[in-house]
Amino acid sequence: MTATTLPSSPGRSASRWLHRHPRARLVSLIGAPAAWMLVLYVGSLASLFLTSLYRLNEDGSGIDQVIGVQNYRTLIDKSVYLDIAARTIKIAVLVTLLDIVLALPIAFFIAKVVKARWRRLLVAAVLVPLWASYLVKAFSWRAIIGSPGGVLDKTFGFSPNYGEVGLIIVLAYLWLPYMIVPIYSGLERLPDSLLDASSDLGAHFGFTFRKVVLPLLFPSIVAGSVFTFSLSLGDYIAVDLVGGKTQVIGSVVYDNFSADLPFAAAFAVVPVIVMVAYILGIRRTGALENL
Amino acid sequence: MQFTRRVRMLFGGITGLVLAFLYLPLAIIVVLSFNTVSSLSWPPKGFTFRWWRAAFHSEGARDALVVSLKTATGATLVALVLGLLAALAVHRFAFFGRESLNLMIVLPIALPGIVTGIALNAAFRQAGVEFGLLTLIIAHATFCIVVLYNNLLARFRRLSPNLEEASADLGAHTFQTFRYVTFPLLRTALLAGGLLAFGLSFDEIVVTTFTAGAGLETLPIWIFRNLSRGEQQPIVTVVATAVMLMSVIPVWVAQRLTSDDGPLTGGTR
Repeated sequence: MTATTLPSSPGRSASRWLHRHPRARLVSLIGAPAAWMLVLYVGSLASLFLTSLYRLNEDGSGIDQVIGVQNYRTLIDKSVYLDIAARTIKIAVLVTLLDIVLALPIAFFIAKVVKARWRRLLVAAVLVPLWASYLVKAFSWRAIIGSPGGVLDKTFGFSPNYGEVGLIIVLAYLWLPYMIVPIYSGLERLPDSLLDASSDLGAHFGFTFRKVVLPLLFPSIVAGSVFTFSLSLGDYIAVDLVGGKTQVIGSVVYDNFSADLPFAAAFAVVPVIVMVAYILGIRRTGALENL
Repeated sequence: MQFTRRVRMLFGGITGLVLAFLYLPLAIIVVLSFNTVSSLSWPPKGFTFRWWRAAFHSEGARDALVVSLKTATGATLVALVLGLLAALAVHRFAFFGRESLNLMIVLPIALPGIVTGIALNAAFRQAGVEFGLLTLIIAHATFCIVVLYNNLLARFRRLSPNLEEASADLGAHTFQTFRYVTFPLLRTALLAGGLLAFGLSFDEIVVTTFTAGAGLETLPIWIFRNLSRGEQQPIVTVVATAVMLMSVIPVWVAQRLTSDDGPLTGGTR
């Protein structure tokens, strides 16, 4: 009796060839996406860095492609830019902390407390605002916190008005779903039996939450913080709408973009350094797998 | 696990407050879109459909909508293909540079949009590429890939490798296995990820500002330009309300399709 031979076809011979050449198989899968990200994204970042080393020509009408660090020197020498960078990072940290505090209870309630049939609805309720226009949400807050005449002012006679406090509230609002989603999925992976075990051993709820839930949720919280931190670090539109006179990295980059691209590029490198340091710092927490 | 009444009330209460916080600004926009006065004054003075009719006939909004739809479609298609290829490679092979590839794909959403935008702008300029729909689609696809990639990896982790092996044992070659076994198992993840990528692209403004060039206007850019023009503000609230209502459907569908994968992550701007 002879072994059955499968009918040959172009698909089969290509498939055979690929099977014998695992490296070709890998390259055929990875080639296009890797080339795209390398050329377009990493290449663009390199181009950003290169541009940041250029300078405006004498009359400011074009860019001299001469390499030098004068833009970075300006950033370091003028205390106003250091202040702006420090303020931006401070705002991003505060926004992130505020979002953690707000997201933990709601994510816990949806994942662990509420009955299963309500769960899907509540998750959708958290996700829908994410897809409502970012601009319009920021603009709505302009109508809410403006003073005098805003919604808060008319209703309660009090409002933070446009400025740093208002900006922190609005940014925390805008990015909150980005924090709720990873924390919620972290809680979904956390077996209920761990909570039961903790309470069977006599721990009250607060203790279980601090000693069992929070440590296991840490990577998810860090994953959420990548979004809230990074999005706050680069924002300039909400800053423009509700930030009053607050100046942040994003607004300086945007304002200089058309007049002095090399300088704008140099200041845009600052959030890149901050985020790369942050990502390298959290790599071991396993947070990147939770993004 | 059983929770005491106090814990349930406390967490339920906070959840209610946070949801109110999330929806209050959206509700205000919806209310203002029916306001008779053409400014963002509060409280509203009366009810009218005038702005809805005006928005429907606004040519600027319609053109911008078309540009947004084209961009989002193009970016989603590119992201579908590249995200699928990358997810297949990362899932199936342990190779040198796998972590770097992973980081590279995630980076566009981990870095602020203004960085991505200005970097792409500088690169397009240096390469002498003219700004337009093509640069916009390329830029959007770059940050949409991660959505597909994450959704598909989550799905792969749940799939049993036995299915593909069984298919090969039964005589199917690689492409048949993909066509008849793997692809059907991925279909819902592809659809859900595609919807999210589409939504992400549709609402994006920062990267768009830097990569669209002068003549091209997406819906968010149109909204931004008109927000500062007083007489157009009510029409903007109408457009925003309409977009919001339309986005409920894809979010709901995407969530149902992937509810076993855990929630939809990786969607950012």
